[in-house]
Amino acid sequence: MSLTLLLVQGLNGLQLGILLFLVAAGLTLVFGVMDFINLAHGVQYMLGAYFAAYFAAQTDSFWIALLLALPATLLVGLVLEFLVFRHLYDRDHMAQVLATFGVILILNDGVKLLFGSAPLQVPMPAALTGGFPIMDGLLYPHYRLAIIAGGLATAGLLWWLVERTRVGMLIRAGATNAPMVAALGVDIRRLFMLVFGFGAMLAGFAGVMAAPILSVEAGMGDNLLILAFVVIVIGGIGSIRGAFLAALLVGLVETLGRTMAPDLMRLFLDPSAARQVGAALASMLIYIAMAAILAFRPAGLFPVRAS
Amino acid sequence: MMSIQFGRRHALGLAAGALAAPMVARAQAAPVKIGLVALATGPAATLGTHLRDGFLLGMRHLDGKLGGRAAEVLLIDDELRPDAAVTKVRAALERDKVDFVVGVVFSNILAAIMRPVTDSQTFLISTNAGPSPFAGRGCNPYFFATSYVNDQNHAVMGKAAQDAGYGRVMLLAPNYQAGRDAVAGFKSEYKGTVVDEMFTPLTQMDFSAELARIAAARPDAVFTFMPGGLGVAIVRQYRQAGLANIPFLSAFTVDEASLPAQGEAAIGFQTGTSWTPTLPNEQNARFVRDFEAQFNYVPASYAAHAYDAAILLGSAVTKTGGNLADKSALRNAIKAADFRSVRGNFAFGANHFPVQDFWLAKVAQRPDGKFQTEHVRKVYDNVTDPFAAQCRMPAG
Repeated sequence: MSLTLLLVQGLNGLQLGILLFLVAAGLTLVFGVMDFINLAHGVQYMLGAYFAAYFAAQTDSFWIALLLALPATLLVGLVLEFLVFRHLYDRDHMAQVLATFGVILILNDGVKLLFGSAPLQVPMPAALTGGFPIMDGLLYPHYRLAIIAGGLATAGLLWWLVERTRVGMLIRAGATNAPMVAALGVDIRRLFMLVFGFGAMLAGFAGVMAAPILSVEAGMGDNLLILAFVVIVIGGIGSIRGAFLAALLVGLVETLGRTMAPDLMRLFLDPSAARQVGAALASMLIYIAMAAILAFRPAGLFPVRAS
Repeated sequence: MMSIQFGRRHALGLAAGALAAPMVARAQAAPVKIGLVALATGPAATLGTHLRDGFLLGMRHLDGKLGGRAAEVLLIDDELRPDAAVTKVRAALERDKVDFVVGVVFSNILAAIMRPVTDSQTFLISTNAGPSPFAGRGCNPYFFATSYVNDQNHAVMGKAAQDAGYGRVMLLAPNYQAGRDAVAGFKSEYKGTVVDEMFTPLTQMDFSAELARIAAARPDAVFTFMPGGLGVAIVRQYRQAGLANIPFLSAFTVDEASLPAQGEAAIGFQTGTSWTPTLPNEQNARFVRDFEAQFNYVPASYAAHAYDAAILLGSAVTKTGGNLADKSALRNAIKAADFRSVRGNFAFGANHFPVQDFWLAKVAQRPDGKFQTEHVRKVYDNVTDPFAAQCRMPAG
């Protein structure tokens, strides 16, 4: 593999990592601060994409669609928190898993009722349709660069919010020891709701950004959710910094593994077997990486919770 | 007391007799019942919608009658779950006493309901799924397909790539049975160099890593099989990556079911198929025109093959004079395929699969802005599938 190809794949991995981070950031805060397992978080990603598809069709503008989709996902997040999730905070994890899984089923079928079962598309914003030649014969779409830039900017904003503001301080405190924060007179329920809505909006933002390159369909968030859980487990539950680094790591391992595993296998196996074994191995790589990291750091790279 | 009881029994017997007489009369005029297995849940439900609407349009063109008898269509949603499909189809056979079972988008569903339907000596007509075992050793006197053997469309593209003189081709497919079959089907007819075969997880939607490999290898053409949402993703990303100058060959990846979401990105992309909306025959023109007028979208081959199945059944039941009891006569009437297909040439081979033409087709935008596949050239003329030779059709 040439150096340029490696560079391109690195960029691809970075872009996957950024999208993963946006989904994982909300998940890790909700899990970390509220000790609440929200399987329905991936649904917010899907809703973001669907809202973008709907608003883009109505307004013919990606940017307006983005602006409208963000408050829409925030609203859905808050409504779900109010109707379903707040009744589950005091229950055990099994009840939370069951209830939020039910929410996945309902919303996946709900979007099919509203938007039909055929995959939808979101047109790319006109200003970003082109690409620059990154290697001979391959354009790297400007839009994918915009995803990386937008994601990094959001990560920076998040870091500032969590590390440098009062609300962020409360969130960090809540992730470390929620009962103590409540005992100090902070309305922890309100804090939960804020974190929840914000996390939902971040996942929705990832969905909006992914929509022009992927196809918008029911259940699109479910696969990403699994990766997002891997990310927060590697990064340390409740840690934004951990989620960021772990997301980039998972994105890179996944993308580079996919391209290099078949080539590596070819050293030992005949070509056709190498392709299939390589493909299978590539999809296992991040789980192997997760197991390896947890063997040395059982609480993840940046553990937050006080034991 | 005794006499009263006798009397009552007698009266009941009389009443039963009186009721039974009109029931016999009604049985003769009873509608022909068709169980239509059309997927309606899950991301792939669009394909089931095409199938359902195609069949219903066929029934409408037959004035809702088969051979002069009123026909009733029972919709069955297989949910893409073999267990659910078997339960619902069994209920249709045993409770509703359907005379035909028609439809089925996916091969695993067809495999699940094959035995229950054919064991009850009910005719099963697949309008899409065509797993090769049922065309070969597993051929069945109660089973017909109006579609194709799944592998054929891939082989068509292999032959088309060979004919076009592409010397180096790269293959890309999801890593599951149908994906591996697609690659094998393509290679069965393609004799040039396969630069690389790439298998991706079925859940992978971002193909940037694979596209970079394609750009690095610079093949003469790319062949891929990416059904449903995967197809939407790969087509748009392929275009966005500026690779569209490398011919994009595919099967079940760009069709009228996925084109509304692929749009302009798919223009010029090629596919191997048994039917396109543009095939020049009168029956096809009428089908496409009326379909669009009624359902307001462009039909895909799922709809066309289901439409053909309806017209086929109409011709067969007319041939037997509405008699469905003589299975052997009914089988011969279906096998005769004495109807005008939207594909022009159509006959059944010994294994009850179509002997038909296959086309290389290209995606184009119509003057009204909608997208469709348009036939470019015939790749196979009246071809029998490669599995037919393995079929020893048992006597029904």
